[in-house]
Amino acid sequence: MDFNGSEQAAALERGPRSEDVLPETATAAVKVVIVGGFGVGKTTLVGSVSEIRPLTTEETMTQAGVGVDDTAGVASKTSTTVAMDFGRISINEELVLYLFGTPGQERFWFLWRGLFEGALGAVVLVDTRRLEVSFDVLGRLEERGVPFVVAVNSFPDAPRYPVAELRGALDLPEAVPIVPCDARDRASSRDVLMTLMRYLQTLATTQEAS
Amino acid sequence: MSDWEETSPERLYVITGGRSGASAPAELDLVTLIVARSGPKPGMQPEHTAIVRICQAPLSVAEISAYLRLPVSVVTVLLGDLLDQDRVFARAPVPPARLPDRALIEAVIDGLQRL
Repeated sequence: MDFNGSEQAAALERGPRSEDVLPETATAAVKVVIVGGFGVGKTTLVGSVSEIRPLTTEETMTQAGVGVDDTAGVASKTSTTVAMDFGRISINEELVLYLFGTPGQERFWFLWRGLFEGALGAVVLVDTRRLEVSFDVLGRLEERGVPFVVAVNSFPDAPRYPVAELRGALDLPEAVPIVPCDARDRASSRDVLMTLMRYLQTLATTQEAS
Repeated sequence: MSDWEETSPERLYVITGGRSGASAPAELDLVTLIVARSGPKPGMQPEHTAIVRICQAPLSVAEISAYLRLPVSVVTVLLGDLLDQDRVFARAPVPPARLPDRALIEAVIDGLQRL
């Protein structure tokens, strides 16, 4: 963990490759968050649709409530660095879509300030071998009013369940789309995002009608 | 992820002058696009220079963090300085709404269809 000044100085020389530079006309950006457990394929999905090689951003998380009001406890306050991969899709000349893959450890997903705020919605990527990872996050997305769809990443050795059975197991309302996907495949990952957008469209229509 | 390890808390403290993300402008989102108003000027802090250099074309806060290998909260503090000094401007993200605008969703669908 020794601070290496020369490496940090080198980072300050970095920047986007010429092909990754956004046009001057890019004026607005939106984001979608890809949520899921460790190894479920979030970065794969981001990478398969992104126009840039996925980048990694990080944030320093401070364990809330530990030593905050205790001056003697400042040194013992635990802070953790959490990394997140993200990619980018230029929608048109003005609008850019960013896709963020949540860090592997579930407890950090909702601590990352500004990750879900303002997001168009979320994709919950699930692995049928480890469905239990998804229970808590589904509840918390509902609590926060973040619209989401569920994408089942088709690992070759994972058991296949009918959608109705998965819906039951995840206790999801009928309206929430559940789609199979292959996160390695660009078209398949694109279709997952399309499913989310069409769902958002339905929600907007329903709201306008009510 | 080991790439990040050289960024020690002590160094980050020095970069921001001890300020935390709480003093950063609240309107800066991970996807706020930042554009420099001019080129880097001599005498600027190296981190400020780096941001101004890479933001000659629009770049999101998340991308700035990724390229410069600095945590988002540190980048937002630095951007706060640059915004105060009128060296960059922020193209705000689409305002967060409970449900996004239909025209916006339709634009995203059109864009995805062309992928």
